[in-house]
Amino acid sequence: MSGTFLGMPALPVYGHGNLNATEPFPKAAHRELGNAQLRANLGHATRTIRDKRLHVVSELPDWEDMRDAGSAIKNATMANLPALLEQFEANFTARGGIIHWARDAQEANQVVTELIQATGETEVVKVKSMATQEIGLNEYLQEQGIAAFETDLAELIVQLDRDLPSHILVPAIHKNRSQIREIFLREMEDVDPELTNEPARLAEAARRHLRRKFLTAKVAVSGANFGLADTGTLAVVESEGNGRMCLTLPETLITVMGIEKLLPSWRDLEVFMQLLPRSSTGERMNPYTSLWTGTTPGDGPQNVHLVLLDNGRTAALADELGRTALNCIRCSACMNVCPVYERTGGHAYGSTYPGPIGAILSPLMTGIKSEENNSLPYASSLCGACFDACPVKINIPEILVHLRGVDVDSQRSKVKVPSQMDLMMKGAEWAFSDGAHLNLLEKGLPVGRLAAGRDKVIKKLPGLAGKWTQSRDIPAPPGQSFRQWWAKEHGAADGVEPSVGDQQSEGKQSEGEQA
Amino acid sequence: MSAREDILDRIKAALRDAPATPDIPRNYRLATDKTAGQRLEQLVDRLVDYKANVFVVPAAEVPAKLAELLAGSAKIVVPHGLPREWLSGLPGKDDAGSPAVEVDSPERRLTVAELDAVDAVVTGAAVAVSETGTIMLDGSPSQGRRIISLVPDRHICVLRADDVVEVLPEAVARLDATAPQTWISGPSATSDIELERVEGVHGPRTLDVVILT
Ligand code: SF4
Repeated sequence: MSGTFLGMPALPVYGHGNLNATEPFPKAAHRELGNAQLRANLGHATRTIRDKRLHVVSELPDWEDMRDAGSAIKNATMANLPALLEQFEANFTARGGIIHWARDAQEANQVVTELIQATGETEVVKVKSMATQEIGLNEYLQEQGIAAFETDLAELIVQLDRDLPSHILVPAIHKNRSQIREIFLREMEDVDPELTNEPARLAEAARRHLRRKFLTAKVAVSGANFGLADTGTLAVVESEGNGRMCLTLPETLITVMGIEKLLPSWRDLEVFMQLLPRSSTGERMNPYTSLWTGTTPGDGPQNVHLVLLDNGRTAALADELGRTALNCIRCSACMNVCPVYERTGGHAYGSTYPGPIGAILSPLMTGIKSEENNSLPYASSLCGACFDACPVKINIPEILVHLRGVDVDSQRSKVKVPSQMDLMMKGAEWAFSDGAHLNLLEKGLPVGRLAAGRDKVIKKLPGLAGKWTQSRDIPAPPGQSFRQWWAKEHGAADGVEPSVGDQQSEGKQSEGEQA
Repeated sequence: MSAREDILDRIKAALRDAPATPDIPRNYRLATDKTAGQRLEQLVDRLVDYKANVFVVPAAEVPAKLAELLAGSAKIVVPHGLPREWLSGLPGKDDAGSPAVEVDSPERRLTVAELDAVDAVVTGAAVAVSETGTIMLDGSPSQGRRIISLVPDRHICVLRADDVVEVLPEAVARLDATAPQTWISGPSATSDIELERVEGVHGPRTLDVVILT
């Protein structure tokens, strides 16, 4: 692309739909933390996938080289996005496919609806897709009198229970086998009443339930994992074969894909088809991958459409420090290693995109000023595990910190009186500006111990700090500070001047206890 | 303004800082360093791990192996370009227990209902990757339309040992991107219920791979 754009520098146009949380993270997280079943399931799932992933990644001598290539390919994609989109469009169209563009969720939903209406059908089968989840397509279609059937087993479970997915990869991970059995018995009209909770039996029930639908469906809706610009090829990666069913059996296929999903060339797939399965399910390769380029006479759907979706992606692209979030290939490795996600689960994030990537992608796409999403960049311990796990090396912690800064700046302009936070920061500034100040404050430590009581734990702090203790306890402070201990142990002989008052805590404690 | 122009303009505005296009470092492995024998061994290991049934046989024994595998099937389908000699071990038309063989061709495409009534499908393959245990079908005459290897409950795939490469880039270089492709790594599977792997949900529940040496 030549960098010459002569139009007005436009303001970013944000996305809508299920990107916006319905309530702030701290509130949702507080509720989800109370769900012991969820925490147990999640803990098991993330641990299992994490171990499998480490195993298959360690098999490859060139894993880091692959990550480097993957990251560079994605950065190159973003740098040349307009030209690559046009190239993709030309190739896909030349082979009989039809491309539609959608500025936002509403427009994408309308385009898909009109395409379905043109076929005269009122039922469609669906392959699991984040993009259609993001735009709320199923709900929209329902309002228009079109029934959309999810065909991925986990999505089917979630849909039958009128619930929401909680993980990108295993959306029903928050449900156990007995709950799934109950949902099937309650919601599947053709179910065997003797159904047990064995996973094989449950999968069999889903197979029977969906088979008729597949064999008679005239229209399918899918997402896409990759679009290859130099050939106009689309790729869908899956396990169960429901994807293949939807992509080959119906007459009409409508795919919704975010504009960031492109790769410049066919050969780039060799990198991403190694990075994706190993990072996501911890498999060397997923059971099925389907690739199609427009239409093929006699093979598969003959009416093939692709909706290219913006919905806030260009806004994310406009953020020079945050735009690499668009490099995400939705493998979910970052959430499987995230200590925050492991405890709260995906629902707490509110948006379609949970976990560490969701914490940056959602606010980038909706704008940080969006009330409910501005707490998302704080939903992290900044431990960096997500960055290490990410196959395309997205520096999530750095973007989190950047977005926190953007949030603080946007809040500052609103606040008139100094907030508690401002006062605390002022206090900290004073304390750390001089060793004597700090010393003076440290004399207060024993008071903290008193506040903690006999169990040596502080359960509730007042004021702003109270938010921190909402979902955790803090250990009581030690009886003396390190500086006090050091002075006592080594005295003035070691060159450290014991300051006034250092002897105060003497005789009470031998050393500071660690809770 | 059309949505297309609007979006392209938004992207150009978003990229006003003209980010650099990095060179792509392709330092990952592009070619095989295993011998043919090691590749074969690796492929078998991976396929067995995926719960596929694998048989390595000399070319001359393929008909007998297929006849054995198809003994219990009443109806099978094959693509029109499947080498006919592979099926020469099946009992004659009038013999009891001989499967009815349907040929799917551009002139006579089987319907979904016809395919649903079939017990097994026999196809060839374009190429296979030993490191990942992946078999690629590209719709050429020995492999047929995507649908024929999808609807029947059992897929018997005959693969030439010469078409086994070690790493994915070798396979990608051999394939035509615009052909309708299906990459298969084991039979259909799900781990959606408490992460317990269950084979066979919608695709063929049984995958037999006959590797011809
Ligand atoms: S941010 Fe990286 S690790 Fe997380 S889902 Fe995206 S690609 Fe995977």
